[in-house]
Amino acid sequence: MSDPGSLATFLRVTWLVTRKDLTVEMRSREILYTTTFFAASCVLVFAFSFVRDGRPLDAAAAGILWIAIAFAGTLALGRTFERERVNETLHALMLAPSDRPAVYAGKLAGILVLLGAVEAVLVPLVALLFQAPLFAHPGHLALLLVVGTLGFAAVGTLFAAMLVRARSRDVLLPVLLYPITVPVIIAGVRGTAALIAPDAGGVAAARAWIGMLVFFDAVFVTLALWTFEAVMTE
Amino acid sequence: MNGFDFERLVVDDVSRHFGRRRALGRVSFTCEAGTVAGLLGPNGAGKSTLLSIIATLAAPTSGQVRYGTASAREAGPAIRARLGSLGHDLYLYPELTARENLEFFGRLYQVADPRARAREALERAGLAERADDAVSGFSRGMRQRLALERALIHEPRLLLLDEPFTGLDDGSAHALVGRLRLLRDARTIVLLTTHDLDIVDGLLDQAVFLRDGRVADVQRPVAGLRERYRQLVAGGGRA
Repeated sequence: MSDPGSLATFLRVTWLVTRKDLTVEMRSREILYTTTFFAASCVLVFAFSFVRDGRPLDAAAAGILWIAIAFAGTLALGRTFERERVNETLHALMLAPSDRPAVYAGKLAGILVLLGAVEAVLVPLVALLFQAPLFAHPGHLALLLVVGTLGFAAVGTLFAAMLVRARSRDVLLPVLLYPITVPVIIAGVRGTAALIAPDAGGVAAARAWIGMLVFFDAVFVTLALWTFEAVMTE
Repeated sequence: MNGFDFERLVVDDVSRHFGRRRALGRVSFTCEAGTVAGLLGPNGAGKSTLLSIIATLAAPTSGQVRYGTASAREAGPAIRARLGSLGHDLYLYPELTARENLEFFGRLYQVADPRARAREALERAGLAERADDAVSGFSRGMRQRLALERALIHEPRLLLLDEPFTGLDDGSAHALVGRLRLLRDARTIVLLTTHDLDIVDGLLDQAVFLRDGRVADVQRPVAGLRERYRQLVAGGGRA
């Protein structure tokens, strides 16, 4: 048995919470289906607006991809914590014999996996509807999506956990989340645009945006891990 | 703090305010190992707030709770490893099976063989035949029995129960009383809140009466529970 306050316990609890969340989701498929359907609907609506005579607006694809990710992410965050609220299971997780940020890390990892699955549908859909060469630099695009989604979900997981007992949590989550994650969304949009539009800087510019996202991620994840115990203790 | 244990729970001058409202005012009492203690009082007396503070889910505004020699601030994870809790909500995942719920919490608490422990717990709860059914299909009584096993899967030193008899039929309530007696024999500190005084009369070794967030009386040993409750809490006896 490892020390309850050790790194090994932290990682074990993180893994257990992530695995539990994914098992619950595999049983219901509720979050996966609703977020994917919602994100695909957004892209479809934008496609009707921004694609005329088979020609999309320049660089619209990058913005629409990240807006769809942000909307889907907000929906997934809300539902993930709603599940923990209904049966007060978040209390049970808070009682786990480890540092409480391990629960945050576990929830964050579960949301990242879910959003990764949504993005696996979204990216080809946006590429198809907006005739965007999203797969011209697959490695760089994948890196942008990973670091951008991490930045968005890091803040979102903290806020969703904080708001879990608030009566108006569904309204408050996007109101708090979007202003703070604007830098992440902008970096994601500009980085993606650099990869798909020849005059937007190319791979070099995308790398610069990826570097900025890594910096945001480091700041957001550190702050969230640091504050989680305090904000979750009543 | 690995292997941390304690033989005494000390609630020392604990107060808790929510804004200007006082939920608890200078509450003090001690529970020794092998004690079943009741936190008794009307709705709004501060029982659940006190349980949350003892469970390390909430922090006191002033005062402290000591688990042996340690406080939650000094040794939160180690204390939680020795603490089991069952709230009015049962802390179970309805999408998971009974076995999966128990194994998940067993692993969370690092019990030696979570599968074997879950199997034993299911047999104790009389749910061995429903082990692989989703909890969402269980009755309230079945969930309550499973939730108690969940709270006990790591053999905690301190067990906190918030209204554990709610929704239980007579048979289940008496089975729970029997289980709590066994826990007392195993030197567990059981601290429970309840309004079912008839059920716990004869079970409690200690009764802490709360009124308006303050301790109205501490009885040990407990005698004439309902009458004392009526005097102190309902009738507004001495504080």
